Amino acid sequence: MSTDVWAGTARRRLADHAFAGTTRSAGLVILLALVGVVVFLTGEGLPALTAGAVDLRGHGNLVAYLWPLLFGTVLAAALAMLIAAPLSIGVALATSHFAPRPVGRAIGYAVDLLAAIPSVVYGLWGIGVLGPWLVPIYQWLGEHLSWLPFFSGPVSATGRTILTAAVVLAIMVLPIVTAIAREIFTQTPTLQEEAALALGATRWEMVRLAVLPHARAGLVSAVMLGLGRALGETMAVAMVLSATGVVTLDLTSSTNPSTIAANIALNFPESSGLAVNALIASGLVLFALTLAVNVAARAVVASRARSLGR
Amino acid sequence: MAVVALGLTLSACAAANETQLTSQHEAGMSGTVNGAGSSAQQAAQEAWRASFQKANPSATVNYNPSGSGAGREQFLSGGADFAGSDAALDPAAGEVAAARKRCGADAIEVPDYVSPIAIVYHLPGVAHLRLDARTLAGIFTGKVTRWNDPAIAALNSTTLPSTPITPVHRSDSSGTTDNFTDYLHATAGRAWTAAPSGDWPLRSGEGASGTSGMVSAVRAGRGAIAYVDESQTGGLSVASIRVGTKFVAPSAAGAAKALSVSALEPGRPSVDLAVKVDRNTTAPGAYPLMLTSYVIACPSYPAARVDLVKGYLAHVVSAEGQQQAARAAGSAPLPQRLQKKAAALIDTIASS
Repeated sequence: MSTDVWAGTARRRLADHAFAGTTRSAGLVILLALVGVVVFLTGEGLPALTAGAVDLRGHGNLVAYLWPLLFGTVLAAALAMLIAAPLSIGVALATSHFAPRPVGRAIGYAVDLLAAIPSVVYGLWGIGVLGPWLVPIYQWLGEHLSWLPFFSGPVSATGRTILTAAVVLAIMVLPIVTAIAREIFTQTPTLQEEAALALGATRWEMVRLAVLPHARAGLVSAVMLGLGRALGETMAVAMVLSATGVVTLDLTSSTNPSTIAANIALNFPESSGLAVNALIASGLVLFALTLAVNVAARAVVASRARSLGR
Repeated sequence: MAVVALGLTLSACAAANETQLTSQHEAGMSGTVNGAGSSAQQAAQEAWRASFQKANPSATVNYNPSGSGAGREQFLSGGADFAGSDAALDPAAGEVAAARKRCGADAIEVPDYVSPIAIVYHLPGVAHLRLDARTLAGIFTGKVTRWNDPAIAALNSTTLPSTPITPVHRSDSSGTTDNFTDYLHATAGRAWTAAPSGDWPLRSGEGASGTSGMVSAVRAGRGAIAYVDESQTGGLSVASIRVGTKFVAPSAAGAAKALSVSALEPGRPSVDLAVKVDRNTTAPGAYPLMLTSYVIACPSYPAARVDLVKGYLAHVVSAEGQQQAARAAGSAPLPQRLQKKAAALIDTIASS
């Protein structure tokens, strides 16, 4: 009997050690992978500092080459999140708190299915369907709102603009943000919800008082994950966006800035020598941008949590 | 081992004396030959590979369509046995010298793939369109903005709508862009000032990735116009361009004709058949807006691989191989004189 207990403890200890070792090495592997990526990007990207106009597609130096790409990346991703974040949170709330359960579940499945569509298919759809479909809307915007810098025209005839790319990105990001937001909303303590309702709150007031404050930190994470996807999405943007390398706020014309990821995908096959280093340097910039955005988001969440006394 | 090698060499020698690949020795050649480069050549290379490997079941041919620049670089660094390239080796960039260093002697460079470039457009109700180089340059630089512009109307007898023009160019680096800009540079005079380049030199117009992206963009946009490989126009309307006083539609025969009236580029080694395409030719039926792609190889290879490399490249430039590419990729077979010259050069490849 006593030997059995000892054997059990030994076995448990062994299992504990194995588990701790596995998790620790998993964490280390991720760190190592990150360090490896940074080392590679920096080592291969630095030589591009000496690159000239021939290797930088006509730009004088690396900064002039990277600036329009960075601008396009941020613009496309920001527009996409502007569309996707409220939509995702709305869909998630509808499925978790408003719609009847079977309907909510059906919508949830449908949104999850969006994540299963390959990005090339989104690209094809953007070129063939969404772009031409948005052209009349762009024309209307160009006719009536051309005093705004966003619609100053001339309006694209194919609809392959940065706004179309942002809409495609928004749809691609939607399932990620929605799925996480829905999980967080359903984790709101039922007692708090019932307390709010018992005090006479309407369903919307209950959501505002109990669900949203509880979910705030998680929502930031969800939006950040989506933003990461939008910043890094390559194929769909490369196919949909008519990239000509200009810096403009015009959202509906044929001339648009490219994004870093799409630019790498488009130009890597025919590049050689320093041009490849320049592309890798742009990858480093994208990596740094994503990292900075994530760190900033974490900081926001942390300071809010502190001010709320949690 | 030595006996096997000797046997191989003997059978290959016997094969080299025959002109027809199909009549080769039963056992055929064996081993692996690696090529890399032009993605425009991909469909043709697939056809050549398939027929060569069928005739030589124990031979393996790899062709990596990594792009012309990457292919040349791989060849120069010794990573590939041969390169396919939409541009000839550039003497100014030191590539001819680098190739001499890699091979130990001047590298062999022969055209192996010629394809007309079509001007495609999307303009409902306009089935025929005629353009000249200057108008094309005006359209692609954004100076000619509407389809009923007097410059276009002067060339066409049909009434044209006032639809805005959307010129579409490749947003990725491409041999097609290189040849299109070379054509405009040579023929459009002051209307086109940018130097020929594989990267689209302007910041105007609409960009699309790859030939299929261009075709999709033109199909989606009313009033769009683009330049694509003639075999991949996807059913879009094709414009005729002015050659001399006539308007010529793109065709394999027209491209071959334009190539046959062009001279070789001066100042190159005798084994280098880089063609200076005469974009201004007025020869009847010629279509000088075309892409010429080359195969670049060494004049000698180690004994173990020489027969295979030579055998494959001989197949590529053979009259039969050129016909296969024409069927598979819609390319123009090399003009007979050039084909004979190319085949003779490949035939000089020897064991080092």
